[in-house]
Amino acid sequence: MTTFQEQEYSKKIDLNLWRRLFKYVIPYKKNLIRLTMVMVAVGGIDVIFPLMTRYAIDNFVLKGSFQGLWIFAAVYGLLVLAQATNVKLLALNAGSIETGVVYDIRREGFDNLQQLSFSYYDRTPVGWMMARMTSDVQRIGDTIAWGLVDMVWGFTMMVGIAVVMLTINVKLALISLSVVPLLAIVSVYFQQKILKAHRKVRKINSRITGAFNEGIMGAKTTKTLVREKENLMEFKELTLDMFNSSVKAAIYSAVYLPLVVTLGSIGTGLAMWYGGKAVMLESISYGTLVLFISYTIQFFEPVRDLARIFSEFQSAQASAERIMSLIDTKPEITDTPEVLEKYGDVFQPKKENWPEIKGNITFKNVSFSYKDGEKVLENFNLDVKAGQSIALVGETGSGKSTIVNLLCRFYEPVSGEILIDGVNYKERSQAWLQSNLGYVLQTPHLFSGTVKDNIRYGRLDASNEDIINAAKMVNAHDFIMKLENGYDTEVGEGGSRLSTGEKQLISFARAILADPRIFVLDEATSSVDTETEKIIQDAIQKVLKGRTSFIIAHRLSTIRSADRILVISDGKIIEDGNHAKLMREKGYYYKLYTNQFMEEQEKEILGKTNI
Amino acid sequence: MKNFRLLWDFMKGNRLLYLASIISIGIATIFSFLSPLVIRYTIDTVIGGNAANVPLWVINIIDSIGGAETLRQKIWLCSIAVVLLSLINGIFTYFKGKWSAVASESIAQNMKDMLYDKLQNVTYDYYVKAETGDLIQRCTSDVDTVRRFLSMQLVEVGRAIFMLIMAISIMFSLDVRMTVVSMALIPGIFLFSTLYYMKVKDSFLECDESEGKLTTVLQENLTGVRVVRAFARQQYEREKFDEINRDFRGKVTHLISLLAWYWSFSDFLSMLQTGIVVVLGVYWTVSGHMTLGTLVVFTTYEGMLLWPVRQMGRILTDMGKTSVALGRIKEILDEQLDEDEEEGLKPDIQGNIEFSHVNFKYENGKEVLHDITFKVKKGQTVAILGPTGSGKSTLMHLLHRLYDYESGSIKIDGVELRNIDKKWLREKIGIVLQEPFLYSKTIKENLKMAKEGVDEDRIYQSARIAHIHDVITSFEKGYDTLVGERGVTLSGGQKQRVAIARALIKDCPILIFDDSLSAVDTETDAAIRKALKERKKDVTTFIISHRINTLSEADLILVMEEGRITEMGKHETLVNKPGLYRRIWEIQNTKEDILTA
Repeated sequence: MTTFQEQEYSKKIDLNLWRRLFKYVIPYKKNLIRLTMVMVAVGGIDVIFPLMTRYAIDNFVLKGSFQGLWIFAAVYGLLVLAQATNVKLLALNAGSIETGVVYDIRREGFDNLQQLSFSYYDRTPVGWMMARMTSDVQRIGDTIAWGLVDMVWGFTMMVGIAVVMLTINVKLALISLSVVPLLAIVSVYFQQKILKAHRKVRKINSRITGAFNEGIMGAKTTKTLVREKENLMEFKELTLDMFNSSVKAAIYSAVYLPLVVTLGSIGTGLAMWYGGKAVMLESISYGTLVLFISYTIQFFEPVRDLARIFSEFQSAQASAERIMSLIDTKPEITDTPEVLEKYGDVFQPKKENWPEIKGNITFKNVSFSYKDGEKVLENFNLDVKAGQSIALVGETGSGKSTIVNLLCRFYEPVSGEILIDGVNYKERSQAWLQSNLGYVLQTPHLFSGTVKDNIRYGRLDASNEDIINAAKMVNAHDFIMKLENGYDTEVGEGGSRLSTGEKQLISFARAILADPRIFVLDEATSSVDTETEKIIQDAIQKVLKGRTSFIIAHRLSTIRSADRILVISDGKIIEDGNHAKLMREKGYYYKLYTNQFMEEQEKEILGKTNI
Repeated sequence: MKNFRLLWDFMKGNRLLYLASIISIGIATIFSFLSPLVIRYTIDTVIGGNAANVPLWVINIIDSIGGAETLRQKIWLCSIAVVLLSLINGIFTYFKGKWSAVASESIAQNMKDMLYDKLQNVTYDYYVKAETGDLIQRCTSDVDTVRRFLSMQLVEVGRAIFMLIMAISIMFSLDVRMTVVSMALIPGIFLFSTLYYMKVKDSFLECDESEGKLTTVLQENLTGVRVVRAFARQQYEREKFDEINRDFRGKVTHLISLLAWYWSFSDFLSMLQTGIVVVLGVYWTVSGHMTLGTLVVFTTYEGMLLWPVRQMGRILTDMGKTSVALGRIKEILDEQLDEDEEEGLKPDIQGNIEFSHVNFKYENGKEVLHDITFKVKKGQTVAILGPTGSGKSTLMHLLHRLYDYESGSIKIDGVELRNIDKKWLREKIGIVLQEPFLYSKTIKENLKMAKEGVDEDRIYQSARIAHIHDVITSFEKGYDTLVGERGVTLSGGQKQRVAIARALIKDCPILIFDDSLSAVDTETDAAIRKALKERKKDVTTFIISHRINTLSEADLILVMEEGRITEMGKHETLVNKPGLYRRIWEIQNTKEDILTA
């Protein structure tokens, strides 16, 4: 469990950021214009309805006449129809903007993630990236589209009402609306409080989730330590904290809503008082009084909404900062413009210009250190001929993985150079190198989809026959045929429906299908049964044949059959040679081999051990 | 509906608060209905001078302050009345908000506590089978679904009912014919919302599923980034993601278009209903059947009524979700507890152990242990060797009462194990599991948890015996290092040693090491065992191991195969007999020969 420091974001409105976000709306500007127009219409009609009532009172009720009532009814009906149409249009247009913006930002974020260097992936938890790409993007889309709807509607209505009121009677209008500034202040104040309280609740909530996770994962240990009571006590502190914070957040809302209603009623009361007097003095009509009363009630609804939207825009701004920082992150390993010009990028490779690869590899005075300053390699030299297989042996942290990562250009040397067929690999494109390179991981990673899809990942235009041949070559065919639907069996998320050994075989088939000149194998330490072990060994030998290969090896048989064994310690080659030579030297390799030999023998008898 | 009975049980202790909250909203609703009446009276009687059509007691009150004529002089009194009514409405709305939050949050709190408690105390077997992700979802999002239902919808239902009753009764008292007109479309709107939400549920589900797929593609891409790069499949991945991204966009757009249709149609019905009230109201007012104030009241009420009616559809669908969530929570709470059936004995434990003819089967009927018989004296060391699945760990789990044996007998100092209180027993037997778990607390807290209030010296001493003290002090924050904190990841062997130190904090007369030195190198293994011996001579110790060095020093060696003890004795005896022990011994002693061959 790693904790990743979340950056704190400012609360000020960042105009540049919003300008950038607005660019994502530009493709939908037609929708935007339509939406704005519709919203103005909606707000306008909402203002007209009370006017209709006023007209009815003044012209029918007070005059006691039916004349024109049918026309009035017809107009009312038309307004209703128009408003219903508007509602539909607003939902459709806002929906288009929301889904469009979300789609576009996700696509851009994903594209950038495909180009970012491994150093980024190493220091960024997957969950963090996932959150940017899912909930943060969604929040931006929601806020831009629906926040806009509420905002335009609210403003139109408030402005409309204010204008109508002022036109009809300035004094009465000013008196009725006198509570608005107070209401605005109260709203902004409470919305801030509510937003903050909710953030705290969410924070505690994620701690509770963590506690449940730990409670279940550690349950066996808890039982043996008889810690149930103490754990529960600790957990109860969390839930109590949650209770207090949630109630606090709820109380803010519970105070805020009635406060708005009461403030609104003051407006109504004022309208009634002054309006009533005016009616008696006959300076305004009955209808106008009723109109003002309705308007004061209607006016305060958008004020409440606007305050809420304001705080939503604040959270959206934080989301936007996060996702934009992801989009803005530049990959640390890039091809030079000349290289891109000649060989193309990963999305559009110019394969016709790609040179043939033989597989001679040279590390020339290579030094490497990670971002945090930890030195891994210093002046490392290595010369490998095409077709040679190299086994890298050594303890965890000795630098084996770094050598392989540098070779794959997942990282680049800090100084020195790596030559492939005599040319510095920086002079060729990343896509060229990686297309010629097979890489099989310690823990095989499969994608959801069928067995066939997963093997085809090695070469997308492979025929079914090619796929079956590749599977046969690594002895995977037999077990695949025994699966429920053969090659069309779904492997589940991350290949969860297959055993580790099966996943390894499929990943070998995938690599063989790609037919790379250079092959890198990070051998698994996880234990499989003896039978599968033999099958995998056999598969490895077939895969390695005729290719330049680097193996981070753990199994003796793999190590023994390599052309050259390199024992790595503290970033240096301390022993170099084939099995027979190193055994004669009786150095580190000798000791390692004898221990390992013993353990493998035991394993045959005892089954799985924890080594 | 059966699940809602469970909800009723959960509400225990908070039911009164709920009642108070529903009553509050009832009162608030009454007051919110009163202010339009005041406005009506003001318009009709105070300003218009018409005779008031109000109950006698209201007239009495008004007469007591001087009648309509006084009010005419002081309209502000009417305004104050409106504000006051609103204020009272507000105060009760506040109480409703507060009480329903307190009630629902404390129910959620109780549910979480109960679930956590339950999950800590179910039988050992449960954890072997448990799916963590699913359990966590039940404990968090399912509880939250229930909480939301309690805090918002349940009270909302109460309010809607109050509103309907209030509105209908007041409206009827004012004008029967107008009431019928005002209600004309309401059943239609209600039915339409309900049917619509039932129908659109599938579409919501499709969106969720599509979003789930999008998440999966994203997650697999990010976790499999090395594979993607190794095969230079960025373009392919881009297309794959685009496809699902597009699909999700399409599904959401479809859902929104359904919602757009719903919103516009139900808005249409609602506005039409208001329109009908206005037009017919005007007609009847003009023809003298109704006063102007009544017309204003009716239009105001209409607006108040329509909203809750339209909400009902959603509330009903959410009730379905709540019921499912309750069912899932209930499944956990119904699990069997790991408790003693009767009050267990709490004998003084010395460490003499006797197994005789013990058999054990798992629930699925697979026999794991068969006719196990052996005897250990206080202070002896027993080493166990055997292939995977031979029953070594299970044997130790029986001793710890993580499982209970079926037949035969296990006695500690002459007391039948089954009769000893489980927790008492576990306090006395220290066990280090094969894959020990460290909590995400500091190392010190992890060690301390074996015995609250233990002094620091004891902690350091235990850590030294487990050969982990120097490793810990080499960390920047030493014993205060958070386990799992970025940068400090303990290796498997280090974790095992912390767990050993943790088991040593307490003075247990019996210690079990379930293959817990496997990730430690041979020399450290030997040093730890030596330190253990020196610490205390009379601790009965069980060690599961496959290292001959470890095994050979034991007072008694048990070799287990397929649930039976196949060899038993001291090193000297076993080495001279053909069998598993001798084979392992040969491998570990004759490596020189093999290598030179």
